[in-house]
Amino acid sequence: MAQQGKPVEFWRWPETNWVNPYIDWEKGKLVTAGVDVGSVSTQAVIMVDGEFFAFGNTRTGSDSPNSAIKGMGYALEKTDMKIENIDYCIGTGYGRVNVPMAQQSITEISCHARGANFMYGPEVRTVMDMGGQDCKVINVDDRGKVLNFMMNDKCAAGTGRGMEVFADLIHVPVWEIGPRSFQISKEPPSISSTCVVFAKSEVVGLLEQGVPENEIMAAYCSAMAHRIMELLKRLGVKEKFVITGGIAKNEGVVKRLEKELGIKTAEQVWANPQYRKKNYPFDTQLAGALGAALFGQALLKMGKTISVKKT
Amino acid sequence: MIANYGFKDGSGDWYVTIDTDKCNGCGKCVEVCPEKILEVGPDEFDIFREEPVAFVRHDERKKVRYSCAPCKPGFGEKPAPCAGACEFGAISHSEGWKALYER
Repeated sequence: MAQQGKPVEFWRWPETNWVNPYIDWEKGKLVTAGVDVGSVSTQAVIMVDGEFFAFGNTRTGSDSPNSAIKGMGYALEKTDMKIENIDYCIGTGYGRVNVPMAQQSITEISCHARGANFMYGPEVRTVMDMGGQDCKVINVDDRGKVLNFMMNDKCAAGTGRGMEVFADLIHVPVWEIGPRSFQISKEPPSISSTCVVFAKSEVVGLLEQGVPENEIMAAYCSAMAHRIMELLKRLGVKEKFVITGGIAKNEGVVKRLEKELGIKTAEQVWANPQYRKKNYPFDTQLAGALGAALFGQALLKMGKTISVKKT
Repeated sequence: MIANYGFKDGSGDWYVTIDTDKCNGCGKCVEVCPEKILEVGPDEFDIFREEPVAFVRHDERKKVRYSCAPCKPGFGEKPAPCAGACEFGAISHSEGWKALYER
């Protein structure tokens, strides 16, 4: 039995939420929300007149509707807004058809492109979304419109869930893997397979041989970077290149990918100088939900849909 | 927009590529596809697009390697039925099948 108070599940990254203290939502005209129900994490973002207002980032449970409700509840937690005050809500991600509060669903490809455009600015040309169980490469134009996309969701090798399984296996919290993978004397050869199951047995083998933990982490991160590289090759990478999703937070993978690719990823800060100045939280996992909320805004403004606000 | 439907794995690239800027949603490709993997409908990747577009059906996207194999896309003289039926040349296939039959 696990001891109480001690972390036993190392993959459990902390959930976060935030509310913008500079916005009075009751004065806003349009309140839109985006809910991105992914395979591993669920994000809800609320926007007031196109301004970032609140978000909640939670882990996805066993069913999409409840995860969406939980995510939205978490986003609303620090506000006095109610779900009835939202004009329009759009669902995206894997569970997009199962978001109870959403009026419409849009694919995560469109939403990530739009969200990355908002977060990193219009210079973004290539968006790579490293999700929980798939990766997508998207080429976008200056308005965040998808020009070319490719998805690899047949296998979860080299994705967020793989990293979580790995964290659990070596008993290191998932957010420490990135920094610790650089605390090594020399770069070890990468794990030969990125398949989660095969990599797991290979890691167990390395642990038994007494290879230091940090070196195993470096080996796993570089294997993941290598696999992402294979995908990127087909579509081509143009600057500004950004990575969204959970893996973007893992510098161990990102820096190794940059080295292999010879292209730097854009700095993980808000393109909007006001947001940067006021120190808005920047979370790469939010791109999908942000994009969905922005689409809601655009659809309402164009008159393609109507507000469902009850009050 | 160039939409790549399919997947990549250790055995190669298996993608059906549809250039939606060239597609007018006429549906000729849907009629000729022997495996019925294509469909015409609203563009799910560009919600502002007004006219319908051809796409690979959702449940077929992870199986294109096998569904498209009988037509041997990219191999031999003749194009695959879907690619041949499209007067705008909007449909193409990745190299996976070509390499498979050349082996």
